[in-house]
Amino acid sequence: MNFLEIIFRPASFDVIVQLAIMVLKVVVVVGVIMLHVTYATYFERKSIGHMQVRLGPMRTGPHGLLQPIADFVKLFFKEDIIPAAADKPIFYMAPVISIFAGMSSLAVIPFFNGFVIANINIGLLFVLAMSSLGAYGIVMAGWSSNSKYSFLGGLRSSAQVISYEIALGLSLVGVMMMAGSLNMTEIVKAQLAYPTGMFLFPQILGFFVFMVAAFAETNRTPFDLPEAESELVAGYFVEYSGMRFALFYVAEYIGMIVMSLIAITCFLGGWDGPFQIPYVPFAWVFIKLYILIFLFYWIRATVPRFRYDHLMSFGWKILIPLALFNVVLTGLLKTLNVI
Amino acid sequence: MEQLGYLQQYVPVLVLMLVALGFGLGALLVGSLVRPKRPYAEKLMPYESGNPPVGEPRYRFSVKFYIIAMLFVIFDVEAVFLYPWAVTFDKLGLYAFVEMIIFIVILLVGYVYAWRKDAFTWD
Repeated sequence: MNFLEIIFRPASFDVIVQLAIMVLKVVVVVGVIMLHVTYATYFERKSIGHMQVRLGPMRTGPHGLLQPIADFVKLFFKEDIIPAAADKPIFYMAPVISIFAGMSSLAVIPFFNGFVIANINIGLLFVLAMSSLGAYGIVMAGWSSNSKYSFLGGLRSSAQVISYEIALGLSLVGVMMMAGSLNMTEIVKAQLAYPTGMFLFPQILGFFVFMVAAFAETNRTPFDLPEAESELVAGYFVEYSGMRFALFYVAEYIGMIVMSLIAITCFLGGWDGPFQIPYVPFAWVFIKLYILIFLFYWIRATVPRFRYDHLMSFGWKILIPLALFNVVLTGLLKTLNVI
Repeated sequence: MEQLGYLQQYVPVLVLMLVALGFGLGALLVGSLVRPKRPYAEKLMPYESGNPPVGEPRYRFSVKFYIIAMLFVIFDVEAVFLYPWAVTFDKLGLYAFVEMIIFIVILLVGYVYAWRKDAFTWD
């Protein structure tokens, strides 16, 4: 039997159609998220600009609306400088791994009821696994660049990411106990069945720990020590330029979007809102996403950077005990049938 | 997608991973066709605020980073042990709750020990 016969048998034809739908879904999700990443940069510059009584980008297009596209074209045509002393294969792969780790988590996020790329039972565990992978991109970039700033930035960043990873993982245990599942769709459905419609209210402590840890995981202010401009220039990606730099930049924004989407799915009631929006089933996810992303920018414009020893002791001495306390508290309240 | 078997649920994850890899590699590949390449020795030097680099960049660093890494391995595994317990919490009832309190207390003993040994203090 030759290859064509295998493809065109009715049973395998079904498989091909399913595969095509699958690929289409993936491409749509990646495309939409990339579009939002592009304009998240514009949104950030505009909101921070207005918070600092500036206008932000204004020249490229009306109100600077074409700025992200201009930035992309510029980065695309920039020379790709690879330091002579760099460890080349690792240097090449680091940004790709960063973006790979960021994007993979999108597979399990439900955008509306029934729309999820892979409805797997271990959804939440998969997300945590993928977010840990992001540390590899950082370490590899920092080490392979063979520059002092990159090396220090990579070290700091990896220590910070793994410290807050624990708080991040523990803060979600409360949600798992409330939902009784790791499947992201099941978690949202459990929230819709819950009186408040979301886990934010019984899990307010978990939400707080999760958001702080998410800020640290994505290296955003006030936890942007790895790229503290005034001392480390740009941290682990000092030596990266052009398209490789753009990939790190995109990975950071995807990380921010993914963390917001996890917060929405686990704490904020997913695709449901106070009222139904007709014809746009994913509207609430995106409304909540933009509120959370705005929170990232707002905090960046408001809070100064942590000192490194404060950052470490905050993660280990405050967030982890808080997250553990939240687990015990949730267990106690659930045993007593209060929540 | 109900008729797909257990392992086949993961095929979309694989597809997404391939698309993500393809996105990263593709952007670099297409970029390499259009961008200029004019290297010279000074351009390829590691950046050190405009000065010629001094000394070896991969110098020894604080042992604190190793301690943090070890603590991470311990505590992250503890967190993962909590997951199956959390998922089946409703079905197991009071017994599971008491068991887990014992587990968390043992975990706290190690945590307090690390704290008293100043493993969390950065100096």
